[in-house]
Amino acid sequence: MAQDRRSLLKTAAAAAIAPALGAGLAGLPGRARAQGANTLKIGVLNDQSGVYREISGPGSVACVRQAIQDSGIAQRGVNVEVVFADHQNKADVGSTIARQWIDRDGVDVIVDVPNSAVALAVNAVVREKNKAYFNSTGATTDLTGAQCSPNTVHWTYDTYMLAKSTGGAMVKTGGDSWFFITADYAFGHALERDTTRFVQAAGGKVLGNVRHPLQSTDFSSYLLQAQQSRAKVIGLANAGTDTINSVKQAAEFGVTRRGTKIAVLLMFINDVHSLGLKAAQGLVCTESFYWDLNDRTRAFTGRVKGAMGGNYPAMSHAGCYASVLHYLKAVGDMGVAAAKASGAEAVARMKAMPTDDDCFGQGRIREDGRKLHPVYLFEVKSPEESKGAWDYYKVLQTTPADEAWRPLSEGGCSLVKS
Amino acid sequence: MLEELLFQIELGLPQIVLGLVNGAFYALLSLGLAVIFGMLNVINFAHGAQFMMGAFVAWMLLNWVGIGYWPALVLSPLIVGAFGVLIEKTMISRLYKLDHLYGLLLTFGLALIIEGIFRNQFGSSGLPYAPPEALGGPPVDLGFMFLPKYRLWVVVAALGMSLATWLVIEKTRLGAYLRAATENAALVQAFGVNVPRMVTLTYAAGVGLAAFAGVLAAPIYSVNPQMGSSLIIVVFAVVVIGGMGSILGSVVTGFGLGLVEGLTKVFYPEASSTVIFVIMAIVLLARPAGLFGRA
Repeated sequence: MAQDRRSLLKTAAAAAIAPALGAGLAGLPGRARAQGANTLKIGVLNDQSGVYREISGPGSVACVRQAIQDSGIAQRGVNVEVVFADHQNKADVGSTIARQWIDRDGVDVIVDVPNSAVALAVNAVVREKNKAYFNSTGATTDLTGAQCSPNTVHWTYDTYMLAKSTGGAMVKTGGDSWFFITADYAFGHALERDTTRFVQAAGGKVLGNVRHPLQSTDFSSYLLQAQQSRAKVIGLANAGTDTINSVKQAAEFGVTRRGTKIAVLLMFINDVHSLGLKAAQGLVCTESFYWDLNDRTRAFTGRVKGAMGGNYPAMSHAGCYASVLHYLKAVGDMGVAAAKASGAEAVARMKAMPTDDDCFGQGRIREDGRKLHPVYLFEVKSPEESKGAWDYYKVLQTTPADEAWRPLSEGGCSLVKS
Repeated sequence: MLEELLFQIELGLPQIVLGLVNGAFYALLSLGLAVIFGMLNVINFAHGAQFMMGAFVAWMLLNWVGIGYWPALVLSPLIVGAFGVLIEKTMISRLYKLDHLYGLLLTFGLALIIEGIFRNQFGSSGLPYAPPEALGGPPVDLGFMFLPKYRLWVVVAALGMSLATWLVIEKTRLGAYLRAATENAALVQAFGVNVPRMVTLTYAAGVGLAAFAGVLAAPIYSVNPQMGSSLIIVVFAVVVIGGMGSILGSVVTGFGLGLVEGLTKVFYPEASSTVIFVIMAIVLLARPAGLFGRA
């Protein structure tokens, strides 16, 4: 039996290594095809198989293809190819793929890249190779702060804007004491830190926090600790299935029934879909895009929906669309050869032109790479209020573009001349 | 001092209850693994995927056929168990004579394939599944905490199922056959018992236990394709600590480690996902056969 056990343990260790090996193989992107000087290549690098698949994944690829079609660039004789790969939420896998794409496959632009750790790793690679990088689904403000790059545009959202919109609004409506349930990694810490600042600035106080390991299943223990602190607001500084499980279990334990409010600091419409309106109703969250916001967003959604396999576009998907659309406008302006030669030049041209697209309306890109547009605070509808599929949000508050984002002077970006 | 102690108890008591609920899942899952390993000598790495299938089948029954929670609690394990029969007959049965490694790799590969198929079909962010009417509603007031009725039911159901499994294996004639077949299959077969069929059904029963736990978990956790893989590693640690193949060991250790984990979540939450592995390391050093295993 002892012998048996030893071989068992060895086998178990072998099994633990196996996924890592498999990951290496799965990460290999397809071989490049021959391409001419008039061909641009866009690589969508995101999570195709894990917790962020719904908010990025195949939906982002569909949105990038839609942007290419809407740009009408093919009619001007420019050929645009799209490749995509799964970074599996691992920084090393992500940067390896980015390197291979650029060195071997001739990729000019990398788009999407959820997960802050991977987002920053890819940021460094693209800058080193002088290509262009449009991050849509990463949250970290470092992309336009300490690690800002002339090759990078951070399009859709960041931790500062989430904290300001959701945090600020909750304090204004009387939620002046907070307890945080925070994912124990860089993203969660940053979100908690930024929100704490806005809560305190508005006269509120933070009574405590608890840090949970990424991808936990049981949150009841943390929710009880939050309740025992007697805070009026429980701030969820986590994402994806962690958030879904937290909200689901908060409803189960009747946390909100006794007047405690839940502030979900990062939630996408796909998370609401997965929770169901019964569990999600009344939650407040911040996004910079909603498919049913106005005629233009509805028109965009109508065009792209068919290619998204039953999913609806979240702000992260919209950011992939809008950034590529704007890039192709800049390319039309400066020519394919110049855009391919220098990613930094292409991004500089994008910053010089005002943006205008169906998803975010009119806006611009700041010199630190931050895209500016209005930010919306939404409340999730109750099942009775919802009139059809994916009719989930009502707008509570709109923060104009010039107030929503971190001021240029506070980011510490080296591109900003003081 | 006393006040501080009382405060700690007040903080700790609800966590002990919650720990029992999580322990219930550990116990049920490690029970299935123990049954399969004890009788088949196969390390069933697909157990997490089968747990996930149990939850998904419950969801499909509700949304596609209109069958609710209670019938699903019986039907889903049967359906997933039948799937287990298929796997055992076509694949696993060919590996009994080989090293453990082959069974483990096969079931591990199966788990990856099953999860991949579900992810492709249903996405990764999960599906909603509401608790049954009778167990919904406001939580029960236990004096020191409010506990949802459903969680109470989970503990009761898991304990009942564990007891039933133990009784079948230790106290019935069928259980005696099974135990005998583990010791000497050829001899038992010589007495006219259809051992291969018994082994197939044992695998199906182990898989069914996983699916039962899956249905129990559906209203509490997000029903998503990776729900099993986040639990299964912990469950393997539970099995190793309890002693491979020991029924009683896996039940007691399951609940016990749920408690330990629950308390860790109060006093040092960052370590809550590692505490079980620390215990596993200590147990392996001090008692390599596990707490309840026979050396």
